[in-house]
Amino acid sequence: MSLTFVNARLIDPATGQDGPGALRVVDGVIADVAFGHAPLPGEGEVVDCEGKVLAPGIVDMRVFVGEPGARHRESYRSAGAAAAAGGVTTFVAQPDTNPPLDDPALVQFALARAREAAPVRVHAMGALTKGLRGVDMTEQRFLLDAGAIALTDADNAIESAKVMRAVMLYATSTGALIVHHPQEPTLARGTCATSGEFASRLGLPSVGPVAERVALARDLMLAQNTGARYHADIVTTATALDALARAKDLGVRATAGVSIHHLTLNEFDIADYRSFFKFDPPLRAENDRQAAVEAVAAGLIDVIVSSHQPWDEEAKRLPFEEAAPGAVGLETFLPACLRLVHGGAMTMAQLFRAASLRPSEILGLPSGRLARGAPADLVLFDPNAPFLLDRETLRSKSKNTPFDRQRMEGRVIGTWVAGARVFGGADAA
Amino acid sequence: MSAFPHRHLLGIHDLSPFDIRAVLDLAEDYARLNQSPEKHADALRGLTQINLFFENSTRTQASFEIAGKRLGADVMNMNVGTSSVRKGETLLDTAATLNAMRPDLLVVRHHHSGAVALLSEKVNCAVLNAGDGRHEHPTQALLDALTIRRHKGRIQKLTIAICGDIANSRVARSNMLCLGKMENRVRVIAPPTLLPAGIDRFGVEVFTEMEEGLRDCDVVMMLRIQTERLEGQAVPSTREYFHRYGLTEEKLALAKPDAIVMHPGPMNRGVEIEAGVADSARSVIREQVEMGVAVRMAAMDLLARNLRAERAA
Repeated sequence: MSLTFVNARLIDPATGQDGPGALRVVDGVIADVAFGHAPLPGEGEVVDCEGKVLAPGIVDMRVFVGEPGARHRESYRSAGAAAAAGGVTTFVAQPDTNPPLDDPALVQFALARAREAAPVRVHAMGALTKGLRGVDMTEQRFLLDAGAIALTDADNAIESAKVMRAVMLYATSTGALIVHHPQEPTLARGTCATSGEFASRLGLPSVGPVAERVALARDLMLAQNTGARYHADIVTTATALDALARAKDLGVRATAGVSIHHLTLNEFDIADYRSFFKFDPPLRAENDRQAAVEAVAAGLIDVIVSSHQPWDEEAKRLPFEEAAPGAVGLETFLPACLRLVHGGAMTMAQLFRAASLRPSEILGLPSGRLARGAPADLVLFDPNAPFLLDRETLRSKSKNTPFDRQRMEGRVIGTWVAGARVFGGADAA
Repeated sequence: MSAFPHRHLLGIHDLSPFDIRAVLDLAEDYARLNQSPEKHADALRGLTQINLFFENSTRTQASFEIAGKRLGADVMNMNVGTSSVRKGETLLDTAATLNAMRPDLLVVRHHHSGAVALLSEKVNCAVLNAGDGRHEHPTQALLDALTIRRHKGRIQKLTIAICGDIANSRVARSNMLCLGKMENRVRVIAPPTLLPAGIDRFGVEVFTEMEEGLRDCDVVMMLRIQTERLEGQAVPSTREYFHRYGLTEEKLALAKPDAIVMHPGPMNRGVEIEAGVADSARSVIREQVEMGVAVRMAAMDLLARNLRAERAA
């Protein structure tokens, strides 16, 4: 089985290369990459990319799927379809399901459902503590053996430093990657906006960037102290980035992510209490948003995630304080991030370093690069194709996106997983 | 063009100085009416007013009820805060249910900021915000402005200190907006733990020492402080709060000799205000309650005029 992409603009984040070329896939694996116009020996199927971008498929480390417990919000079938349409070839499901994935059998169940229903590669994180309660550690060895790719309590920050230290210390013997949501819970609890003039005028209970700084600084010190591998799932403020930079300089085994929404929206987007703009952590001040964008471009923030959080209409049609936080993001990942590329804040190679390469490296996956021997997980897209986003056209079961009715650029033409087309072509939407 | 070009009264934020004056001028007429033996007009005759309170309130609800009745409206009170209707039913379900009963005026209080505005988008009547979370309480600010104007002869170029839990008070927010729009010098006085973030950008002067903040004020407006905040969450104790931020005769002496003392109620005597000050000749606290009825009559009258004009069109 051979498949050749010609006339492509190839992006390889591993080498930083961005230029015209061709790529050949044999048996689901990249067999040859040729930058420049040298023709590859043509046999089998040929895809003429017409100068559009061919890049490693997106690896999204933070996706909520409602199996088990909330299939009305998102199933593996709907999330998988959304991922394929968004150019996401691998995603990692979060364990905050109902019941949470704190037991090896539940991890196996989720992964089995994903294999049946999703056309893209799916991994799942196991819970860090039982019931995501932040008290008792889960069976790390069993969870990893069941297929968990990392451990996290998802949106629940672990309040106790003692518990956090114990899970990290134990993880040095299991090799688990510890993923945490660094928002100091006693400061952040009950708040729904970033403190400042705007939130005060709206009368919303708010929390400052200090809650993120305090939690991240604690975690980084514990990571240094224990030697564990640590990943902060969403870091959004300049003050927390200072702490991250210092820890990385000291050689702490720490990495960090940020969501597409925190990179492209700011606190003022809440406007008249628009609940589709409620996030955890809340949208930040513009200077923090810019700091996060710069940190992605510089590589200080390793990973961009969609932080895909599907909610039904009922969960959002509420007063702002009561509404559920989060937004769907699998299908808007690429056009949202392309705003940053079009705006000159980062290059295409830098974007795919954060969207594909670094998450693969952190998770220990061979994907994320255009290199001989890497899996042929690919996305072909037109970065300049304009469109008006209509949330009703999203493939997710939930339609809660802040980008509804917004002008975006960037259309996925095709998505391939292991060389097999999972989106686009004759049946393209 | 209406004298008050608004469909709803959701906050002082939406009002111009001209709008504020329109309410105060009409309220002045109703204040006179309320002091007459008859006390009745028919501005709201034939209209249905529903008071929808998701948060318990005796005073504000009674004030709106009397205001509506004096103007001839059919008034109904719904206390969702205590009712079993609350269970499982969302705000917008309740709004849809009430809207089907075709009210003309909906007076709403809710414990969450922005909830009244959200509800106003889903109904076909005029909505009055009777307090939403920590956001706004516009009729309170208007009745305060009317009370001040009656005592000072004007509602501009005055120095007005607002003292207490600024961070959590919708009364403080609406008053900062209203008094600022009318070109007064507004001061806020509170411990740092009871000041909202970004207060330095509200166009007010900020004091953490009460003595400094009170100096040469024309008006001293005290706010209620919730007891749970006095037990170590924001302030170490009631007695230390009273010592530093309670209004006493001695502290009031720092303000202008003719300064008036205000409080939106209900008061905690001995916590934020000394009993003697609350009951003194300089206290206009009971007059605020009286003006509350007049201002609410005026606000509902103005909105009802727009409603009738809209329906006639």
